[in-house]
Amino acid sequence: MSNSMVFRYDVDGDDFTLAGEISSKVKKRLKQLGLPPETIRKVAIAMYEAEINMVIHANGGTITVEVSPETIHIIFADRGPGIPDIDKAMEEGFSTASHEVRELGFGAGMGLPNIKKNSDKMTIDTKVGEGTTIELWMEVC
Amino acid sequence: MELKKVQEILDATVYTGGDRLEEMQVMEACGSDLMSDVLAFVKEQGLLLTGLQNLQVVRTAEMMDMEAIVFVRGKVPNEEMIAAAERMEMVLMTTELPMFTACGLLYENGLHGGKAVEDGE
Repeated sequence: MSNSMVFRYDVDGDDFTLAGEISSKVKKRLKQLGLPPETIRKVAIAMYEAEINMVIHANGGTITVEVSPETIHIIFADRGPGIPDIDKAMEEGFSTASHEVRELGFGAGMGLPNIKKNSDKMTIDTKVGEGTTIELWMEVC
Repeated sequence: MELKKVQEILDATVYTGGDRLEEMQVMEACGSDLMSDVLAFVKEQGLLLTGLQNLQVVRTAEMMDMEAIVFVRGKVPNEEMIAAAERMEMVLMTTELPMFTACGLLYENGLHGGKAVEDGE
């Protein structure tokens, strides 16, 4: 992994209008690095969904992006409420988002399934009352 | 379809990217107020029509590599949205028409919607 680059970001959990800023920054970086558009698109969609989840459910957290020539590995770590039932959370249409979030066009219960769809591997490590860590791996295509 | 033609058909007011309307083409469009759906199902559509007016609409379009957003029913983008769209070189415009009519007029003039992305595609 000598050729890999690591970027770390803090996600502010206070302001929903700022959600997506990190995803936007990472997208620009990956473009500058000359990665294939299809890979960048998958990373951007999955990251944006996860970043929004982090803001609306967990009051922020940290995102670490490791870019190597073959793989992009992203870790989303928060100290939010955790996910009591992961199978339920993975169901399309299931959501615990507030009315306010839904009014902004989100919270349709598509986030986690869409993150999974756009990554080659996803793991969720969660403990109720302690937080959630989601890890994604995308092959550079 | 040239964005200039989109603007003319919808009689839209342009807020950003006005000088590039004749150079920019969109092949397909999508109409939605649900950004979750846009993130999950949009594939090649370069134009988003929406009745939703907040910064996350611009961000969603950015993530999906969309070139332009048309706000329907006279919704005007705020300063924050205009500044973000300018940075992203994205076209923002507003039409007084409601969603169904705006989509219908564009469809009638040859701009279609493409297909939803299915799992595993």
